Amino acid sequence: MTLWLTLLGMAGVTFALRAAFLVLPPGMELPALLKRAVRYVPPAVLTAIWAPEVLVQNEQLPAGAVAIAVAWRWRMTFATIVAGLLALHFFAWLT
Amino acid sequence: MLLGIVPFGVITGVAMVASGIPPLVAMLMSLVVFAGASMVASAQLLASNAPALLIILTTLIINLRFMMYSASLRLHFAHAPLKHRLAIAYLTADNVYGLVLGRFAEHPEDPGKLEYFMGAGLVVWAAWQVAVLGGVLIGAGVPAQWRLEFAAPLAFIAISIPFLRDRATIAAALAAGAAVVLASDLPFRLEIVAAAVTGIAVGLFVGKRQ
Repeated sequence: MTLWLTLLGMAGVTFALRAAFLVLPPGMELPALLKRAVRYVPPAVLTAIWAPEVLVQNEQLPAGAVAIAVAWRWRMTFATIVAGLLALHFFAWLT
Repeated sequence: MLLGIVPFGVITGVAMVASGIPPLVAMLMSLVVFAGASMVASAQLLASNAPALLIILTTLIINLRFMMYSASLRLHFAHAPLKHRLAIAYLTADNVYGLVLGRFAEHPEDPGKLEYFMGAGLVVWAAWQVAVLGGVLIGAGVPAQWRLEFAAPLAFIAISIPFLRDRATIAAALAAGAAVVLASDLPFRLEIVAAAVTGIAVGLFVGKRQ
């Protein structure tokens, strides 16, 4: 029972966030602070998701650096994943 | 674009099942939530019997970025019929948003914006669900020494880097990364909440001074 409520809650908040500004009446203005703050949500939250897995000792750190460089230069998800995984195994093999 | 979403979907499926939730629950979550990052985090929390409210709060924080996407999509679709806006909301994944906004930036007066969003959204949605299903079925069959679990943070590196456009957004990311590591002793991934708040505050501060 709790499981279904959890799934329902997850689906509900995710949909509510995605619909938030789309369902407001067309003429409505958004608060100024909110408009400025939403810009920083993706860089802050997305970085907080990957940083704990990468900023550790051993081969994850240099492999993460390679992935960041590839993502910065080519902006391709698939290339970033492949380069990062190859780098992970390479640095693990080195040590 | 599909080259990025398919491996990420497969890995999300593998990671959810590997953390210990039943394949059926993982697939159901993918259909109703349709947001990879929050699904991997929630699957871990579900498997460790975390309280339901905490799982929902974590989902809220990780998916907060969708609110930003909805604010920017509003500029293009404020006058579309409500049912179309609700469909747009459900289909707003990171990849769909990136793909569509990139196109809108090049063709701002395109009359077929709605059709373009729906087309891109449905293709990405279908590819994602098939990829997650594949990952869920493969499940624990992937040899551990391949270390495929590292593909999840790599996918997030790829998604996060394009958001680093100026000093303020870079400062927000650096502050959030530092905060999440410093707060790593907090229970139930609350460090993500702490990091989000820290990163947004630092971004606002640096942005104001620019």
